[in-house]
Amino acid sequence: MKPVYWALPAVVSVLVAAGCATGPRQMEAVTVEDLKIIKASFRAQGQAGLDRLDQDEAQKHCSNPPTVTIAKELAARIEKANFAAIQYPADGNLMGDWRAGERIAQTGVGMQFSDNPKTPSGGNCYACHQVSKEEISFGTIGPSLYNYGKLRGGASPEMQRYTYGRIYNSQAFTACSNMPRFGHNGILTEEQIKDVTALLLDPNSPVNK
Amino acid sequence: MTRYLGMSLLLGPLLVVSAWAQNSTLDEIARYRAQLQDGNPAELWEARGEDMWKQKRGPKQVSLEQCDLGKGRGVVKGAYAEMPRYFADADRVMDLETRLLHCMMTVQGFSKTDATRRVFGSGSNRSDFEALAAWITSESKGVVMKVSLNHPKAQRAYELGEKAFYFRGGPHDFSCATCHAEDNKRIRLQDLPNLTQKKGAQLGYTTWPAYRVSQGELRTFQWRLYDCFRQQRFPELEFASELSIALTTFLAYNANGAAFNAPAIKR
Ligand code: HEC
Ligand code: HEC
Repeated sequence: MKPVYWALPAVVSVLVAAGCATGPRQMEAVTVEDLKIIKASFRAQGQAGLDRLDQDEAQKHCSNPPTVTIAKELAARIEKANFAAIQYPADGNLMGDWRAGERIAQTGVGMQFSDNPKTPSGGNCYACHQVSKEEISFGTIGPSLYNYGKLRGGASPEMQRYTYGRIYNSQAFTACSNMPRFGHNGILTEEQIKDVTALLLDPNSPVNK
Repeated sequence: MTRYLGMSLLLGPLLVVSAWAQNSTLDEIARYRAQLQDGNPAELWEARGEDMWKQKRGPKQVSLEQCDLGKGRGVVKGAYAEMPRYFADADRVMDLETRLLHCMMTVQGFSKTDATRRVFGSGSNRSDFEALAAWITSESKGVVMKVSLNHPKAQRAYELGEKAFYFRGGPHDFSCATCHAEDNKRIRLQDLPNLTQKKGAQLGYTTWPAYRVSQGELRTFQWRLYDCFRQQRFPELEFASELSIALTTFLAYNANGAAFNAPAIKR
């Protein structure tokens, strides 16, 4: 991961300037003609309809090489809109069962045209993150989450809110994040997000051992 | 994740439990692949494909030796290393599978429905495309990749492929770039080539088609794209579609300069 995504705003603007000078150019916008060809190249199958090719604002502006950083105002707009759309649980309880959370983190099934839509989706966190120490088969697209709660001062109300919100909609915090917006796009349910939040924050979870 | 499970079962016997450190695991996988390289079942597909190329088939009872893969009628040697390419007779850019489909229809007289009944094989339901592609690509082994964008339509295909590579969509916001645009990334333990850089594109492109140990099938580049789009949570990619040709053009051109090295063998 490039540090750009997690850095403080002041640092970001410095890196943005450097990035623009050296990085590849921003992609030209997908034209109506391009989109017609793209759509004609797919067929709806299972749960995956052609509407999956209709981009929302974040997808449209984030279709660039990773070295391209979008304008600060645009990034702020995307983050603000995504943040405003986060739905926190009505009862205010953000922590579920970390054991269920571990199973969700391990499971990658869900949302593919070959998947049974009735099977609950997994979060597949291990595809991109180190999570517990025991599981050595983890990917590196995202940062390590091992000891996440421990290093961040435990399960304070603020950390619970941030963690639940980050899993619900990563682009509320980082425009163009490579992490799926699990709650926003209906990949995981409220209950499931509570469970993975507990996996990351519960002091008894293997993540914090 | 049965796929990952499948891999660890396969690799299980090779792994010394105390050597579970990340790097040695990856070294073991590399060794496993090297061992398999000695005897590649892809040869079975190649042999069947060569027969099929020479047989008189279809309503017109003509062999595919009448098909021009870009270097003249019936010329197979080195043809794949210059594909996708612009074909004047069809006035469009085609990758190998699309060209084969074109020849099955125009030379042999198959209908599109009949020709595309089985584009990806499964067990005894075998695919003609996989066999033909295995043989034809094997005739480019060692040939340096040299895809040309001289024709405006080839240039256009490349540009569309590049845009499509970065096109995010679906419930996961994925594009090809999510998984293939940075160096040294992995999903679980699978290394992800950075297909936007020469080295990664050369590695990722020149090793397809491949015999997939986990599936017991030989898979072509069309299949590779089809399956990555599935993981991307996109709808189903149409075989020989414009977008598949555009993406293939983008990746094949980025691989120029490397020696073609397939059919390979993969986990
Ligand atoms: C496809 C890749 C991918 C998947 C799958 C994924 N993440 Fe992430 N995650 C990232 C990336 C990349 C970041 C870095 C932040 C950024 O760029 O947005 C991140 C950041 C995070 C953070 C913030 C870390 C911090 O230091 O503040 C948390 C928490 C997190 N992920 C949890 C999860 C959980 C829980 C799951 C599974 C339900 C998950 N992620 C699945 C890619 C992924
Ligand atoms: C969610 C992750 C993900 C996305 C999105 C994705 N891929 Fe892949 N891709 C993989 C994985 C994992 C592999 C390794 C394959 C394996 O062994 O199964 C792979 C393998 C490949 C390979 C072969 C590399 C090799 O060395 O064998 C190519 C080429 C490729 N992908 C192209 C693409 C293209 C083009 C797209 C977009 C249309 C794409 N991928 C989207 C995960 C992804």
